[in-house]
Amino acid sequence: MTLAQAPAPAEVEEPPRPRRGRSGAARVARIPYAFVVPALLLYGLVVLYPTVAGGVYAFTDWTGRRVAPTFTGLANFAELLAAPAARSALKNTLLIALSTTVLQTVLGLALALALHSSLRSRHLLRTLFFAPALLPPVIVGFLWQYILTPQGPLNEALGAVGLSALQQNWLGDASIALASVIGVIIWQNAGLTMVIYLAGLQGVPAELLEAAEIDGASRWQRLRRVTIPLLIPATTIAMSLTLIGSLKLFDQVYVMTGGGPGYATETLSVVMYKEAFVSGRYGYAAAIALVLTMIVFAFALVQLRGLRRFEVDS
Amino acid sequence: MSAATGVRSTRARRLTTGIAAELGMIVVALLFMFPFYVFLSVALKTPADLAASPLSLPTDPAWANFADAWQRGGLEQALINSAVVTALSVAGLVVCGSTAAYLLARRAQRLSLGLYLVFLLGLMIPLQLGMVPLYQLMRDANLLQTYTSLIIFEVGHQLPLVIFLYTGFLRALPREYEEAARVDGAGPFTSFWRIVLPLLRPITGTVVILSSINIWNDFLTPLLYVGGSAQQTLPVAIFAFRGEFASQWQIIFAGMGIAILPILVVYFLLQKYIIKGFASGIKG
Repeated sequence: MTLAQAPAPAEVEEPPRPRRGRSGAARVARIPYAFVVPALLLYGLVVLYPTVAGGVYAFTDWTGRRVAPTFTGLANFAELLAAPAARSALKNTLLIALSTTVLQTVLGLALALALHSSLRSRHLLRTLFFAPALLPPVIVGFLWQYILTPQGPLNEALGAVGLSALQQNWLGDASIALASVIGVIIWQNAGLTMVIYLAGLQGVPAELLEAAEIDGASRWQRLRRVTIPLLIPATTIAMSLTLIGSLKLFDQVYVMTGGGPGYATETLSVVMYKEAFVSGRYGYAAAIALVLTMIVFAFALVQLRGLRRFEVDS
Repeated sequence: MSAATGVRSTRARRLTTGIAAELGMIVVALLFMFPFYVFLSVALKTPADLAASPLSLPTDPAWANFADAWQRGGLEQALINSAVVTALSVAGLVVCGSTAAYLLARRAQRLSLGLYLVFLLGLMIPLQLGMVPLYQLMRDANLLQTYTSLIIFEVGHQLPLVIFLYTGFLRALPREYEEAARVDGAGPFTSFWRIVLPLLRPITGTVVILSSINIWNDFLTPLLYVGGSAQQTLPVAIFAFRGEFASQWQIIFAGMGIAILPILVVYFLLQKYIIKGFASGIKG
């Protein structure tokens, strides 16, 4: 997730101000901590306690039976690095995260630039490109599972336009199944990145672009030197959102391939789910989840720092 | 060439590039919409039609697929379940989220700032790490296969996003109204309920939209808590549906069509607000 700015009230609807004077925090009644209690209880119950417990169980051989788990140190992590399913999941998770983040950012930016223009159909096109982002991932998964079957619509369409050389067993061939999954994720979420960039583009002053044009900057130079640097905040938001979401990827993979063929499309979330709820190996599953958590935090930190530095430089 | 014709030809060129760009984007959009075409055409095909070609238009629209999916798939109950869980969770989120954010935004103390950061951590923590302990809590409390388990989960899980949205809004909101209410002798609860909550309406709209969509579409935890029961939500029901109808894709697609219809209707009615909500870059 991202630590973006929430929309300030001024952007939405400025409430009329009452008479000023006697201002200052001291005058406002001390708000009792009771206000935060319901939220804290629920958050503690659903997120804090289970997360900490999971972090502890990651170092045990817990199976969920009513036998006390024994502490096994780093054994789960050693197994994770040796087991083919988990190793493949680790590699795939990183590959999916990096490639969707890069490709979706580029595609989302391209769509936003094309639709932040005077095209007559821009409103309709924005609505269409964003629509998949609202669909339940389970449904998107099944829809594409059918589209990508060997005798399915995609291969038939390729055949119909004379591209039968490109026909594939999209989800059944271990060498391209992961690429197919990545394609589906990008199809579903590119509109979200586009929408974030469209909001960012509203903050690029037209006068600045006009001034650059008068100074003889080409279209590409205006994009490279004016627009894109001003879009860094939007880029930070869009990239962190995509990165963290794709690291946790579960739904589409689980319904489309279940991690197969072989281990070709396993992700950490899918392996973790199977180990926990199919094999009942709670301790090992918790170790996989802990690795996932560490990766999310590491990426979030790196990305935040990297983009901050870039923001200052440009 | 005179200046006038020069201007005219530049204009003409601009017009042609404009039309080319427009057509180009429409072609891109049509390719992008291909899955939706497949969705609709398969949902309307007879088995024979589908066997003949997965790509062609249906020869005679088989509207009966929708009736079939509706009757055989138990979608009616799933639709009700999803509506109940989403509505109650969103109501809980608005109440817990706005009150908590009010304190977090207005009390600049070490404790409240620390609490705010703890809530924000929830935006990053993958739910996988706590999944098993929480599942066992729900099981030991006999809450599995109930709406309650899902509502508790969804509220707790979406709170970081909601608190983040409310706190950001509140920090930029002037305090004068609350001060005036205080002068008039209103306590903190009265002034929150009467003064602050109404002022939060714009951001409450965003909160309702974003969390409704997140909760309506949620799959993994509902699968664990209510899968296979009469309380299952739409995504879980569709998952079961796919297993049950195996290769009868026309029925599966009709069922999925029914499941996304509410989302699409709401989207086309409220698209301006929905897009604005998502444009802030927040998704649970």
